Amino acid sequence: METSRHWRLRQQRYALVGEVCPNCEVKIFPPRDICPDCGEEARQLYQFSGRGEVYSHTTVYQAPAGHTDNVPYPVAIVRLEEGPLVTAQLTDLDDRSVEIGMPVEMVTRKLRADGERGMLVYGYKFRPRLKQGEAN
Amino acid sequence: MKPNGKPQILIAGIGMTPVGEHWEISLRNLALDAISAAIADAGGLRPQALYVANMLAPALSGQSHLGALLADYSGLRGAEATTIESAGASGGIAARQAYLALASGAIEVALVLGVEKVTDKDSRQVEAALATASDADYEAIQGVTAGAQAALLMRRYLYEHAAPDDALAGFSLTAHQNGVSNPNAMFRKAISLDQYANAPMVSEPLNTYDAAPMADGAAALVLARGEILPQDNSHPRVEIVGSAAATAAFAVHDQPDPLTLAAAAASARSALMQSELQTEQVDLFELHDRFSIFAALSLEAAGFAERGAGWKLAKDGEIGLNGRIPICTFGGSKARGEPGAATGVYQLAEAISQLQGRAGMNQVPEAAIALVQCLGGAGATAATHVLRRISNEI
Repeated sequence: METSRHWRLRQQRYALVGEVCPNCEVKIFPPRDICPDCGEEARQLYQFSGRGEVYSHTTVYQAPAGHTDNVPYPVAIVRLEEGPLVTAQLTDLDDRSVEIGMPVEMVTRKLRADGERGMLVYGYKFRPRLKQGEAN
Repeated sequence: MKPNGKPQILIAGIGMTPVGEHWEISLRNLALDAISAAIADAGGLRPQALYVANMLAPALSGQSHLGALLADYSGLRGAEATTIESAGASGGIAARQAYLALASGAIEVALVLGVEKVTDKDSRQVEAALATASDADYEAIQGVTAGAQAALLMRRYLYEHAAPDDALAGFSLTAHQNGVSNPNAMFRKAISLDQYANAPMVSEPLNTYDAAPMADGAAALVLARGEILPQDNSHPRVEIVGSAAATAAFAVHDQPDPLTLAAAAASARSALMQSELQTEQVDLFELHDRFSIFAALSLEAAGFAERGAGWKLAKDGEIGLNGRIPICTFGGSKARGEPGAATGVYQLAEAISQLQGRAGMNQVPEAAIALVQCLGGAGATAATHVLRRISNEI
């Protein structure tokens, strides 16, 4: 079931909580406790805005176990506005085609299901960024 | 010992099984076939230690502890034996570990085995097992497959370098052409540009001809310290003159520049430096074309092309058997087939065949120096070796 494993990651999965390096101020996601840029310890939490743009994207047709109910599904690497790249599914695309550079924002969605009685895992995906005033 | 005081590590024998869907052959029998062939090729030289490259047996065969299992099953009961796992780089890393053990003087004869059995489980389970080479918490959980990762890199590559949609076609065409005359290859049919352009998508923009087929296979090498190898060994002598391994940021999204294979570049640089050779002196490059984008990126990382220009080598025909830098000379992963952790051992055995003049229709003319590199995951691990043919008089 791996319940504790997913629970441990709740801040990352639901709120994009990473870290900021107290030494060089680089923003870090996923958190790793050691700054990838300067090598100093970096345990200060930092919540990302959730806004970014598509760095690259594709579609998965032949899914691994746990994801087969959702095929085909779009996945992307997103450049967060604070700097880091993050791998995530895209969602709420409707008929919109995806392009590199497209503005996106983080939302919480179901990531995987382990059969009818298994655990559901929720986490971040990214959708096209809504214009101000657009219904959420 | 060589005049400079360094130990000399030589190839004593090689063995390869055909790569494919071997419903009738078990993991242990694949291993036995390759080990027996390599030891026979080495004139019966008995290895003191066995380095087994394997990634998927725990997930797909319910079997770990392959070192002891395969030493026992292959008639080497009693030998030191262990499993080496570095995802797709396992084969090269196992060779590196054997090289280090031999160079240290602790042992004189080592056997490197790569073995993978993937056809006992269905594709969903294989995809899930392969995805364990990526970051389970931040990549695999999003449903990203190995093919999708390669597609993400490919799309970005084509975008950043303003390359045409079929920019990478030449890698697949060349691999399939070279596979035609390789008796161990899974696919022995040439393909056309038209077939490439109309192939079904795996993950846009990556199509089936950009992706190597996962398959069963085993390959083995017997390596020995120079002083114990008989002078009358029937094959031309091939020496490992450079051996290096490196890692990079683990997840694709953690790479400072995802389109630069940092571990591939670092290990190639180190292996060439050890061998006191320049990139220009390399006669052939066995690179890891599990997906065609990695062929372009590997050529760039090793210094055969500038960043963003690797694809042009395929377009200009420079990577064929008679080209400036032949790659994947027996079909690479694309046509030979991709037996996971065994790939790095196949690559070495193929390069050795080239340097010993045993490559038949696939022979690269006057091949004397080979660069051999395999990648784990999307390049987080890289192992690179430089092999050189030496005259028998030394």
